[in-house]
Amino acid sequence: MGKTSAQKIFAAHLIDTQGEDISILSLDRVFCHEITTPIAINDLIERGKDRVFDADKIKAVIDHVTPAKDSKTAEQGKIMRDWARRQGIRDFFDIGENGVCHALFPEKGFVRPGFTVIMGDSHTCTHGAFCAFAAGVGTTDLEVGILKGVCSFKTPETLKITVSGTLRKGVYAKDVILAIIARLGVNGATNRVIEFTGEVIDSFSMEERMTLCNMAIEAGGTSGICYPDMTTVDYLWEFIKDDYTDKEAALADYIRWKADDDAQYADTVTIDVSDLVPVSTFGYKPDQVRPIDEFDSTPVDQVYIGSCTNGRIEDLRAAAAVLKGGKIADGVRGVLSPATPDVYRQAMKEGLIEIFMDAGFCITNPTCGACLGMSNGVLASGEVCASTTNRNFNGRMGKGGMVHLMSPASAAATALTGVLTSAPQDKGE
Amino acid sequence: MGATHETFSGKVLFLDRDDINTDEIIPAKYLTEITKTALKPYLLEDLKLEGFDPARDISDTQVIVTRSNFGCGSSREHAPWALEVNGINLVIAQDFSRIFRQNMYNCGMMAVELSAEQIEQLFSRFSQGPCTLRTDLAAMTFTFSSTGRESLTLPFSISGFDRTLVEAGGWVEFADSSY
Ligand code: SF4
Repeated sequence: MGKTSAQKIFAAHLIDTQGEDISILSLDRVFCHEITTPIAINDLIERGKDRVFDADKIKAVIDHVTPAKDSKTAEQGKIMRDWARRQGIRDFFDIGENGVCHALFPEKGFVRPGFTVIMGDSHTCTHGAFCAFAAGVGTTDLEVGILKGVCSFKTPETLKITVSGTLRKGVYAKDVILAIIARLGVNGATNRVIEFTGEVIDSFSMEERMTLCNMAIEAGGTSGICYPDMTTVDYLWEFIKDDYTDKEAALADYIRWKADDDAQYADTVTIDVSDLVPVSTFGYKPDQVRPIDEFDSTPVDQVYIGSCTNGRIEDLRAAAAVLKGGKIADGVRGVLSPATPDVYRQAMKEGLIEIFMDAGFCITNPTCGACLGMSNGVLASGEVCASTTNRNFNGRMGKGGMVHLMSPASAAATALTGVLTSAPQDKGE
Repeated sequence: MGATHETFSGKVLFLDRDDINTDEIIPAKYLTEITKTALKPYLLEDLKLEGFDPARDISDTQVIVTRSNFGCGSSREHAPWALEVNGINLVIAQDFSRIFRQNMYNCGMMAVELSAEQIEQLFSRFSQGPCTLRTDLAAMTFTFSSTGRESLTLPFSISGFDRTLVEAGGWVEFADSSY
């Protein structure tokens, strides 16, 4: 019987089982950021276990609140810095080279097909775009990952989602994943890995696949997974060119992680996106989704473009294409946070930063910031934000604030009108 | 880590809603705390539930009974910690988000699933008045009682591995000695 991608990755990393359905896996990567790791570090010190399993497989970043905004966040950063130095973790990204973890680590080539990845962060599922099994974990799992390089998982079932059709102009990967979450519900993929496949996914860039996999967790999914293909190899090529004679050889190696044709799925869903229009969330759950054109001119106070979902260069290009030559509507605040320094640099080279600034946007350094209501654009009670982030939970961007999730192009269109507005359907890809 | 006793009793808090997420259990703005006890006053501060008042309803609670998909959202272990420092070591629900459930056992706490019918039965019979629960880990039973109502004993199950973690005092100690 054939295997799914997750089953293949599990089989290749299995070191023990516990009972019928718990697999203990060896880990290729343990990623760390300064919100969840300091408590793990402090607890390991308290237990007399201040060690790491392999300093080269641990990658760390200060990204959620940077530069530090107060004494508490400064303390979190210091614990990370001291620990990285003490343990010889060379890939540690601090001020000047830091960016949002799930955008930064792929950019550095840290994730490969077939890898197992954990992080104390629920959006770790993003890295499944590379056909890795990548899962968010809690602090205790993170501690054990750091200490022993292992993690326990309930053997997941796989849900296969085939995305077919052709996207209309103005409709993006973000609209696709919001539509999928609306269909599945916030609980629809709990304990399941989601394999995304079909002609639409094949045509997606790595950035778009990351946007898609990023939000697998919003349907409860353990990890999203896209199959490796030439797009994957092209993206990784600068990091792997010494390991393979040519790209075909790399692809031939990676393709073994693709699910077999006769793999068994817990469920399969086919979604045709040909009629999909730009959408946004309403309410406080990411499965509450409706076409933006069906909102009755809902005014916004802020537009936020950034995050691990949609703060990559393609996202900035899509938003800038809409903003070009225009001005943010009166009374609306625009905040752009490029997800990484490389994204920022590239956006400057392409003149995108200027377009944003001319439109009236404030540009922040790469950081999570307002995405989780910690800095750089927190909402006041009663305020409304059109946002390219991934969570619209009550209070997420500030107590009493309301967040509408949408694509960067729709967020830019909203900035220009001041009310929830669809991405123009005649521009963009 | 109060779940390690063979039997324990406590007051039950009923939260009649699906999909209670981690931001409602402990808002993100408190994630900068680096001690668990600092989380105590903020448990369920942002919970959207009519008639619920955290200041009034949480004190003395040892057990939460709720509906479906409890703990969805973020991976933060602050959620079980915020429960733990308030003396709540057991949550009973129809089902849980994967990470939250795992975090509970990793800390030596318990997240137990009952069927939708059983949860409905608990809500209809016990959620109106004060209710206490006696947990017997050896017999694997819950006994719910409330004055003026017939008490109810329900069997429950947790996996062998979850039990191992509860008994070992959590996953760090178990993994470091086993792998
Ligand atoms: S950008 Fe937002 S969702 Fe992404 S890692 Fe940062 S806080 Fe989490």
